[in-house]
Amino acid sequence: MKETPLSNCERRFLLRAIEEKKRLDGRQTYDYRNIRISFGTDYGCCIVELGKTRVLGQVSCELVSPKLNRATEGILFFNLELSQMAAPAFEPGRQSDLLVKLNRLMERCLRNSKCIDTESLCVVAGEKVWQIRVDLHLLNHDGNIIDAASIAAIVALCHFRRPDVSVQGDEVTLYTPEERDPVPLSIHHMPICVSFAFFQQGTYLLVDPNEREERVMDGLLVIAMNKHREICTIQSSGSEMQ
Amino acid sequence: MAGLELLSDQGYRVDGRRAGELRKIQARMGVFAQADGSAYIEQGNTKALAVVYGPHEIRGSRARALPDRALVNCQYSSATFSTGERKRRPHGDRKSCEMGLQLRQTFEAAILTQLHPRSQIDIYVQVLQADGGTYAACVNAATLAVLDAGIPMRDFVCACSAGFVDGTALADLSHVEEAAGGPQLALALLPASGQIALLEMDARLHEDHLERVLEAAAQAARDVHTLLDRVVRQHRAELRGGHRLVLGAGFPAADPAHLHVGERHGLHHGGGAVCGRRPCPGFCPGLRRPPQEVGGSASGLA
Repeated sequence: MKETPLSNCERRFLLRAIEEKKRLDGRQTYDYRNIRISFGTDYGCCIVELGKTRVLGQVSCELVSPKLNRATEGILFFNLELSQMAAPAFEPGRQSDLLVKLNRLMERCLRNSKCIDTESLCVVAGEKVWQIRVDLHLLNHDGNIIDAASIAAIVALCHFRRPDVSVQGDEVTLYTPEERDPVPLSIHHMPICVSFAFFQQGTYLLVDPNEREERVMDGLLVIAMNKHREICTIQSSGSEMQ
Repeated sequence: MAGLELLSDQGYRVDGRRAGELRKIQARMGVFAQADGSAYIEQGNTKALAVVYGPHEIRGSRARALPDRALVNCQYSSATFSTGERKRRPHGDRKSCEMGLQLRQTFEAAILTQLHPRSQIDIYVQVLQADGGTYAACVNAATLAVLDAGIPMRDFVCACSAGFVDGTALADLSHVEEAAGGPQLALALLPASGQIALLEMDARLHEDHLERVLEAAAQAARDVHTLLDRVVRQHRAELRGGHRLVLGAGFPAADPAHLHVGERHGLHHGGGAVCGRRPCPGFCPGLRRPPQEVGGSASGLA
């Protein structure tokens, strides 16, 4: 289904309200919506609700052979999916641009910033490493997918426990959860994405835009930071800003 | 790579440059006769080729046509021989898609799309050799190609990459510096107004240093702008003189004198076709020196 177009009067109303520093849901310009995190029964399963935007994250792991040029490092794989229940406009064939953009941003934010210690995922150098796969599903779209997805990913990774492994010579023994307690992943830092919607070339900035505000915005600036005040990723999309 | 220091004590980088120094940039416009606009750029060892077709009618579904603007379609492709190891790159893979999206975003901000409603502008970029700074080289090549095609733009789009090592901001990273894993920033700038078309950063950087890296990238982009400006003027001077440098052609084109490339001060002629305005001054008002008559045809001032 094609996205319902936004009427001109609604667009004008939203833009005028933003110029007067008012938002539809009563927030201030730099206010976030309420975040609720709940966990599932498995290790590594979590649901994040940012206002009405809902993302489900699940982490799983598998022993595989490593990449040829990185024989001593584990593999991290991220996959974000926009499920059809999130918004009527998300259909299997239609989403490619947005999907590519979101997936690449997730990869850059979490993989390139080295938040997980990939060397600790190595079991036998050159032969067996852990492949950690993070699957994120968007369940409801009410704006700001990227923030919710990044929170879900990092929370799921912190919650996850991988099975314990021991190596004796050439033999690799994988212990089940009953034999030995599963081991958490070693996480260096937790990067969280914050989105800013800007209007009129950066004159007006809004934090955490909801779906209506995203439709009328000129551009989006995403900054990922951790608590050590380090910036992990910046990405600006949309039109230009000063 | 252990032991390889990116910035020596005397302030020299791996390839002997200073911290804020750009690599050598060489560019040529109008390398293909078939395309509406084309350009080739070499930034150090990074070589990129850009080709522009348009504005023309929307290909494919008419439904995608925008009623008030032109559609900008960008495709990025990286040759298999472009990196150290030969790598087969499938066409639709994520990184190429992302680059295409970023290029599109950059040029939608700069091209005056309102002048060509319901039409499409295609920009194809091919990287022949990747030695760091591929996004910047692509944007610079595409800017020259769009100018060569005569499509009106708000301003040049100049891009450069920057990094941060040992407390110093480095401009224009090479592959060795990028692979070392430090923070990298890619910036696309419209120099006259100072507006940022695209800003992208990877890897961890403390927020105190962001200002410096951003300033280094902006300064480098402005330096690139000076160079690109010179390339465009030189190209026009060559056209004016009746000698058209076209790959594969053996003789100069018929009447290149009235080709007005859409420079920012020459926006009165939007297209690249022969100018119909008479009397034509023969050069854009912003050009400080009058065109030189270089032998050959008398196709100079009207």
